[in-house]
Amino acid sequence: MIKSELVQIVAEQNPHLFQRDVENIVNAILEEISNALAQGNRVELRGFGAFSVKHRAARTGRNPRTGERVDVEEKWVPFFKTGKDLRERLNAEV
Amino acid sequence: MTKTLTRADLSEAVYQRVGLSRSESSGLVETVIEEICRAAVDGQNVKLSSFGTFAVRSKNERVGRNPKTGEEVPITPRRVMVFKPSNIMKKLVLDEHRKRSA
Repeated sequence: MIKSELVQIVAEQNPHLFQRDVENIVNAILEEISNALAQGNRVELRGFGAFSVKHRAARTGRNPRTGERVDVEEKWVPFFKTGKDLRERLNAEV
Repeated sequence: MTKTLTRADLSEAVYQRVGLSRSESSGLVETVIEEICRAAVDGQNVKLSSFGTFAVRSKNERVGRNPKTGEEVPITPRRVMVFKPSNIMKKLVLDEHRKRSA
């Protein structure tokens, strides 16, 4: 599923809204999550999962081809942990 | 300090941006989350451009260990969801953190 398909599904369930509105809604949600992470905040959506930012310390890596040492700067990466309900739903035997 | 946002904050963002009622905004946040879950449970990957991809992976059975007792226990085959952030999101998060730690 891609974003436009998600928009279409939500729009079909809400016939009083224009597709454009639904697009705005989906974008507002995703941008709010991205911006929260950019500010170093977490976003916890019970039943779905939690977005957070993980810090990776600077380290000396190696170029796997040449074996040469390279300094890797510290970084911050977005991280998602699947929530309990969704984890269970993914594995429910039907 | 780190803040934790919840559905209420996402609803507020929708409310501010789209001009629906608060209750309708929160209903739509719920619908969007639920439809992403439903697609994943259905086995679909969910690709949200400029945000990231939620991918469903199937794991084979493997042997695990109870870390407390050292006892070997089988871990049953299962499906897990992984999130791969888009390059746009990764860059945004990294740039903002670098700016603040500079």
